[in-house]
Amino acid sequence: MNFPENLKYTEDHEWLLVEGNIGTMGITAHAAGELGDVVYIDIADDLESVAKGESFGTIEAVKTVADIYAPATGKVIEVNRGLNDAPETVNNDPYGEGWLIKFEIDNMEDIADLMDSATYQGTIGH
Amino acid sequence: MKKTLFYEMHKNAGAKIVEFAGFEMPIQYPQGILHEHHVVRKNVGVFDVTHMGEFEVKGKDALNFVQKITVNDASKLTDGKVQYSAMCRTTGGIVDDLLVYRISEDFYMLVVNGANVDKDWAWACENNVGFDITLTNVSDEVNLLAVQGPESLKTLQKLTDVDMSPIVYYSFVPGTLAGHEMIISRTGYTGELGFELYFRGDLAVAEHVWSEIFKAGEEFGIEPVGLGCRDTLRLEKGFALYGNDIDESTNTIEAGLGWITKVDKGEFNGKSVIVDAKTNGTSRKLVPFVVNAERFIARHHYKIFADGNEIGFVTSGNLSPTLDKPIGMGYVTKEYSKLGSKIEIEARGKLFPAEVVKLPFVS
Repeated sequence: MNFPENLKYTEDHEWLLVEGNIGTMGITAHAAGELGDVVYIDIADDLESVAKGESFGTIEAVKTVADIYAPATGKVIEVNRGLNDAPETVNNDPYGEGWLIKFEIDNMEDIADLMDSATYQGTIGH
Repeated sequence: MKKTLFYEMHKNAGAKIVEFAGFEMPIQYPQGILHEHHVVRKNVGVFDVTHMGEFEVKGKDALNFVQKITVNDASKLTDGKVQYSAMCRTTGGIVDDLLVYRISEDFYMLVVNGANVDKDWAWACENNVGFDITLTNVSDEVNLLAVQGPESLKTLQKLTDVDMSPIVYYSFVPGTLAGHEMIISRTGYTGELGFELYFRGDLAVAEHVWSEIFKAGEEFGIEPVGLGCRDTLRLEKGFALYGNDIDESTNTIEAGLGWITKVDKGEFNGKSVIVDAKTNGTSRKLVPFVVNAERFIARHHYKIFADGNEIGFVTSGNLSPTLDKPIGMGYVTKEYSKLGSKIEIEARGKLFPAEVVKLPFVS
């Protein structure tokens, strides 16, 4: 299983790519594997902002449903609506086309407690 | 934790293993539940369901005992026939749903859910008073594979001299398949053409049967399939799942199992409660529904509302891979149980619209 070095990770199994103050996030390959077949991504059409540690949507898989938690607080720039027609992308390409949202990170201190790849892999027993 | 004799074969096939009914069982293989669902609907898949329990009832009073502990009329069975039935408490609650096999006039086999083997066995023993029978729990000796899908007949026919095409739904023949004695039963939990194979034997036997089936089915695209798609397959047909749709707090009438409940057959456990439910009706009913909302799956225990009032709860729900839309079942009060009733399902502080439909979801 792949956990790119350039990403930061949360305990809730989200990844975050930080470019300047722009964050792009999704769920990790581990989370996608545990969920199994993802069939719906439910993120509100009018989602404007997200708050660190709070759920802003859900992922419905055949086996179960999971909340999606924001790794930092900020203003939403884009939601990956392409997933509505191809939710399996979250399983097939979790760090690429399977991204969930892009947002402006309000305060870079929010990401100070996120894990690097090696630390995250330690938490999931890799 | 117990393992079936097929455990290493599951691991070798890359199965994701979960604890189920005290066994380490495959929930899915690498290609996933949706893929496996379609394999069974279109080709042929093999489930290891060895965790299921088998009880043998032998002796002069075998039929009388089966009649007492089950709700269907086992006297209608002839040799080689199978019946879907349920065991109830004297209070009417469902202990388990099960299959009753008539092997011969004085020999029946009861096949029960894996998760319920211990309590079913205790209940059967408690009821074994005054009957001239020998009751044996053979669950640990019997291997069970379910070979399901439109190509299952062609696959298995290559492995046996028994002419399988005359075996009609809910019947069986004892015969030799892949070189081993087994019960070849035309049953399953998928609604597809399919067979369940009950056989004894050690690891060598299990490995041999498994590999022969996969060799025979190769030309038909056979694959191992797990418990995950077993659930989506049965839900599309509206088959009840014990622990979800039925349990000790439900009776067979409100669960829509009136068709297997034969109140005229004589005395049986739970009869007075069931007769009352049948005569006077029940306050709630198990109904199938489709969800008319985007990106939402109804799940077990979600509350059901209608006209602003809480009227019931979801017992099963998932995406129907065949219909590509969310379906489910749940108990609702009688007034909302009619076909076409508009209901709403609550989750995450929101209400999602749904509508009562008729079974099966997928014909």
